[in-house]
Amino acid sequence: MDHLIALPVLLPLIAGLGLLLNREGPATPRRIVGLAATSLLLVVCALLLVQSADGTIRYYALGDWQPPFGIILVVDRLSALMVTLTALLALGSLLYASAGSDEEGSNFHGLFQLQLMGINGAFLTGDLFNLFVFFEVLLIASYSLLMHGGGKARIHSGFHYVVLNLAGSALFLIGLGVLYGTIGTLNMADMAAKVPGLDSSRLVLAKAGAMLLLVVFGLKSAILPLYFWLPRAYASAPAPVAALFAILTKVGIYAILRVFTLIFGAQAGALAYLAQPWVWWLSLATLALGGVGVLSSRDLRTQVAYLIIISVGTLLAGIGMNSIDANAALLYYMVHTTLVTGGLFLLVDIIAHQRGKAGARIVRGRAVNQVALLGTLFFIGALSVAGVPPFSGAVGKALILKAATTAQQVWLWPILLISSLAAIVALSRTGSTLFWRTSGSERRRERHESGERDKEHERDKDSERGQRRAGAMRTAGILLLLGASPLLVIFAGPLTAFTSAAADQLADQEAYIRSIVERETPSDTTGGEP
Amino acid sequence: MEALFSMTTGVLAACGLFLALRGRTFPVVVGLTLLSYAVNLFLFSMGGLTTDGAVVIEGHGSDYADPLPQALVLTAIVIGFAMTAFSVILAMRARGDLGSDHVNGNRLDEPREESS
Repeated sequence: MDHLIALPVLLPLIAGLGLLLNREGPATPRRIVGLAATSLLLVVCALLLVQSADGTIRYYALGDWQPPFGIILVVDRLSALMVTLTALLALGSLLYASAGSDEEGSNFHGLFQLQLMGINGAFLTGDLFNLFVFFEVLLIASYSLLMHGGGKARIHSGFHYVVLNLAGSALFLIGLGVLYGTIGTLNMADMAAKVPGLDSSRLVLAKAGAMLLLVVFGLKSAILPLYFWLPRAYASAPAPVAALFAILTKVGIYAILRVFTLIFGAQAGALAYLAQPWVWWLSLATLALGGVGVLSSRDLRTQVAYLIIISVGTLLAGIGMNSIDANAALLYYMVHTTLVTGGLFLLVDIIAHQRGKAGARIVRGRAVNQVALLGTLFFIGALSVAGVPPFSGAVGKALILKAATTAQQVWLWPILLISSLAAIVALSRTGSTLFWRTSGSERRRERHESGERDKEHERDKDSERGQRRAGAMRTAGILLLLGASPLLVIFAGPLTAFTSAAADQLADQEAYIRSIVERETPSDTTGGEP
Repeated sequence: MEALFSMTTGVLAACGLFLALRGRTFPVVVGLTLLSYAVNLFLFSMGGLTTDGAVVIEGHGSDYADPLPQALVLTAIVIGFAMTAFSVILAMRARGDLGSDHVNGNRLDEPREESS
């Protein structure tokens, strides 16, 4: 059996446990182990990606218990793409964290690895209850990471986040219970095979269970009525954690995509694609409100958090359009938006620390110390996230706009374009406030006249207050994430070919079911069938 | 038995939901605990309620207890218990740091809606 599939879960688990054992002492060994484990994870995920490109759906039966009964990990193109994306994002934010923010609290590296384990598990699992377990693993790690370093704002928003997600987990379990009670299995492929055969009395119950799952995944992915926790939680999280959290909303989106195209996909008869109409309208409303939020936010971190809401709206609109083209487009956009918003969170952290008292608030304040570097990076990030042509946001948004049918265009085009316009307006205002409307340069000129000693004194104060310089590690972390944007444009050809192949594979439910469940029927190793 | 079971689950869930919507952290934590009890009972019943089923399958077609809900509910209990402990600690920390056990805290730096 091919053990490579289990590695994205096992590797962070082992590294995380080891790191939790070594809690005291200098941080360097922990950083090295964390970075090495994450780099190795990236290699493993890239291997899986290459392996999955041939189009076969591979699975790994844990403990060799065969599919309809045992728990399995499944790798198809979509899963491989998502785990690779996770590893890349994690490497960027871990590089940034290793420059110093990991020492603000304890256990950063161990929790970070466990968080990665939860995320990878959620992307790989082929069992609905196991999805719940991995959701819990990633949530528990995220609760602690969110409060890394402490502070009132973090505790405050952390409590809301924990309570909301606990309520979400309760709903998830109820939904699972209903689905198990009606369908009689929790293996996703087996469920997909059994849903068409449900009688009408069970159909209603299965529908209720499916919609409960939609509510839970909607809460994780921050769709309209359920997104109010996100801006505050993400804005108060430490920067590397917020950057990693950029993938957490995508876990929700992945779950919606997986469950509502596989289990309740085309083969499901009366229950086929039952979530997509809901997702479509709610995503449009999410987009509109995200645009308003970006314009109205007075804090840089909140603004980036609302940019995540816009990207969630765009991605879910892709799901709502419910076509192979739309799914391919949204997968390309997902890669772009995860990396770029993650990079923006890191960049904003440096900017906020170099501006002294003004911090992340969008007000006239001191100039940052490294104007050229940070200004250029902010410019690239802002253009990319807003979707201005030379960068990947434009390609992603154009693909999504093109995928809409004529009836959908009437709604999608104006709303998506206006929300992009809102992002451009808000980000250009923010950029000019941060980098041009500064009070620092005037003051420095005055000081220059009043003598050398004052100037030196001020420089001392500068280096003391703006402690968070963009050194080699931090710049490397940000460049890895933001630099993906031009690369995504250059390699747009191979990537879109891959995403459309992934969307094709996603649409072929029969192949998925065949490659997992029915392979076992002739050998009949399990004896008594219930 | 079904009526009693479903009423118990329903009452637990209703109490849990009511408490979880309260304004102070302690009732919220208790409410979430009750909610998770209700969910555990619900999960337990999802394979259908039967009595006198065999623990281990004896041959074909015999009446046996579905082992899967039991395994699932065990997982759910463990996770729910850990999360309750975590949220209790978090609520205490919030009480200490924010100086208030109200879920919104008493943050003076932003306008808040009036609560009765």
